Amino acid sequence: MAARAVFDEMSGHDGQSRDAYRVLQDWLKSAPPHLLEHRREEAELFFRRVGITFAVYGNTEAEERLIPFDIIPRILSGKEWKRLSQGLEQRVKALNLFLKDIYGPREILRAGIIPPELVYLNPYYRPQMHGLSLNSDIYVQVAGIDIVRVDDQDFYVLEDNLRTPSGVSYMLENREVMMRLFPELVGMQRIRPIENYIDELLGTLKSVAPSSSPWDPTVVLLTPGSLNSAYYEHSFLADRMGVELVEGRDLFVRDEMVYMRTTEGPKRVDVIYSRIDDDFLDPLVFRPDSALGVPGLIAAYRAGNVAIANAPGTGVADDKAMYSYVPDIVRFYMGEEPILKNVPTWRCREREALSYVLDNLHELVVKEVNGSGGYGMLVGPHATVEAREHFKGRILGNPDNYIAQPTLALSTSPIFTETGLAPRHVDLRPFVLTGRDGVRLVPGGLTRVALTEGSLVVNSSQGGGTKDTWVLSE
Amino acid sequence: MLSRDADSLYWLSRYVERAENTARILDVAYRMASMPISYNGVETNEWESALVTAGGIDQFRAVYGDATPANVIEFLAFSEANPSSIQSSFDTARQNARSVRSALTSEMWEAINSAWLDLRRYRSKKINVEDLPRFLNLVKEASLRYDGSAMRTMLRNDAYWFSRLGVYIERADNTARVLDVKYHVLLPQDAAVGGGIDYYQWAAILRSVSALVSYQWVYHQNLRPWLVADLLILREEMPRSLAACYAFLSRNLDDISHRYGTSGAAQRQARATHARLANQNIEEIFQHGLHEFLQDFLAENNRLGQAITNQYLG
Repeated sequence: MAARAVFDEMSGHDGQSRDAYRVLQDWLKSAPPHLLEHRREEAELFFRRVGITFAVYGNTEAEERLIPFDIIPRILSGKEWKRLSQGLEQRVKALNLFLKDIYGPREILRAGIIPPELVYLNPYYRPQMHGLSLNSDIYVQVAGIDIVRVDDQDFYVLEDNLRTPSGVSYMLENREVMMRLFPELVGMQRIRPIENYIDELLGTLKSVAPSSSPWDPTVVLLTPGSLNSAYYEHSFLADRMGVELVEGRDLFVRDEMVYMRTTEGPKRVDVIYSRIDDDFLDPLVFRPDSALGVPGLIAAYRAGNVAIANAPGTGVADDKAMYSYVPDIVRFYMGEEPILKNVPTWRCREREALSYVLDNLHELVVKEVNGSGGYGMLVGPHATVEAREHFKGRILGNPDNYIAQPTLALSTSPIFTETGLAPRHVDLRPFVLTGRDGVRLVPGGLTRVALTEGSLVVNSSQGGGTKDTWVLSE
Repeated sequence: MLSRDADSLYWLSRYVERAENTARILDVAYRMASMPISYNGVETNEWESALVTAGGIDQFRAVYGDATPANVIEFLAFSEANPSSIQSSFDTARQNARSVRSALTSEMWEAINSAWLDLRRYRSKKINVEDLPRFLNLVKEASLRYDGSAMRTMLRNDAYWFSRLGVYIERADNTARVLDVKYHVLLPQDAAVGGGIDYYQWAAILRSVSALVSYQWVYHQNLRPWLVADLLILREEMPRSLAACYAFLSRNLDDISHRYGTSGAAQRQARATHARLANQNIEEIFQHGLHEFLQDFLAENNRLGQAITNQYLG
């Protein structure tokens, strides 16, 4: 990977303005000094009033917090997006085929491409899904693929989120805010719209309804409830789609069919857009102590009377150990070279890799294979010697649980600070929808940005912020 | 719609209405307490009647003891131990609003959320009696804004009707309590309690349901205690009267049953109470005893709330 200066999305490696950012940069030069500060305040007021908040686990002081929003957009050219979207489509198609195979004939295991224990011993592998023929053959209806870049050539996948990826509400609201705050700037170029995401999502969900459901299937969004960190998003999506936002206690199963309790009595449910972990879906099958789920749901699902999106058991394909095999998965099912690159990954379960990782902790990022949200990871170059030694112990205690990657020189994008524009590291999470009728992808995604200078951690739970993401038309 | 959502909407509206009612009660206590004793007829502790009207006097005594102005304001406006304090009411309202976000219009949500944020600023600092009117005004305006945005922006469907049911059940309860706490000053003049000197008490009753000016427009004469009772119990044109609340309740329940194609105990009960209020006159009520009438009404109103819950929200 690149050892030269960090690649900036606006000014490249050499400070020259890149094409996609030219209009923005000219506009910024001509903007009156206090305009940006003023608009930033307006944006914050907007988010606060609308109540777009985010709960942070383990932080009772600030039960609800705003995710910081930066007003400088992140921009991709039409050409960049075209390549990226082809790569995303290829990757998600392959992952869906992989899941169908894993829970079916298991050809990829027989071909010796993936070690079977990575599947069978994976905590997210669901034997209940085995041999189940899904009406649509789609396991992952909604994927959030985290993308980073280090230069203007390649896109790297950092993580595949195939369970309950969140963040799309920020993608949509960020655009709304930008249209309100910067009409003049927005009007100066052709930005591809994203507001159709809601329609595409609903279309995708309806397309996977069981064949026995009526012409216009009933879709619901299943949330763990208002204490969940992504609750705002759940209610936002349900509202925009015009579907009920249900909790487990609103649903019940009778004769292997799912109903919701309404003011008019029980109403049949055909498709569940689930935003709760598999573990909590059905206390009869998964965690018996779960109060969030619906007893009998999996039986109804197995009987083909309800669709669940994403399917239970998709987590087997998105943990960080499986991640390192995704390029092979793409080659195996698609017969093509992967368009998107993987970040080189050392699997600590492999002896040679483990000793390399332990010797080079100071320049690696080490992650738990099932972790998310930036919890339980070590950023070697930024950690103290003691922290690294401590982490070494944890790795040795359970090497299978860890992977390591080089610390990438993630690209930066300018943000607005008290002292003017300053570069900060960013990633991008586009959302890939897959229905019975194919893949749908709105041009854009959620750009997350590390607000602290030099920081590489963009997670909102760790103080990261977001930006609007513009894809220009070609 | 989901029963749980309907339940949240119903309670959301009840709590916003409750916060406003408590604010009015405090407002009146503040006015009355600042009047020379001779104007009140007998020596009364207006702060204590405020507690009785708003409910929770036993709980108050256990925690605070004396009904001093500061204690009562603290208990009714801010106390977290009092689930019906203005602050707690807005906390509960907002919690319900959050859990039913997708059934609210953005205007309603913003009304609740910004009121909650505004009120939070008062929580930390001790409020002086002089600051009270400004605070109470804020509460009343928040409730008006919520009510106004509900009326102006909600689709006329079951979500709207369930939220209105909450408003009117709570409002009827409040009006009946306001009357009941002061019923003795409304008894006929020759009775032992009260006298012409109760003028300010009658005015206070009207003011606590913002009906002082309406009274003049309806009756065109000086305050008469039986007319005050008439206005607040039987007059449908007076939006906080028991009759008006029941006109709205039975209409909203009928709207629901038309939409759903079935009706039940809640509809029958609301219609019966509404008819009874429409067919009675104030003399009969006084003959049978105002206090008994109000106590019966409060119990009946409670039963209707329970019937609505059983039929739709459970």
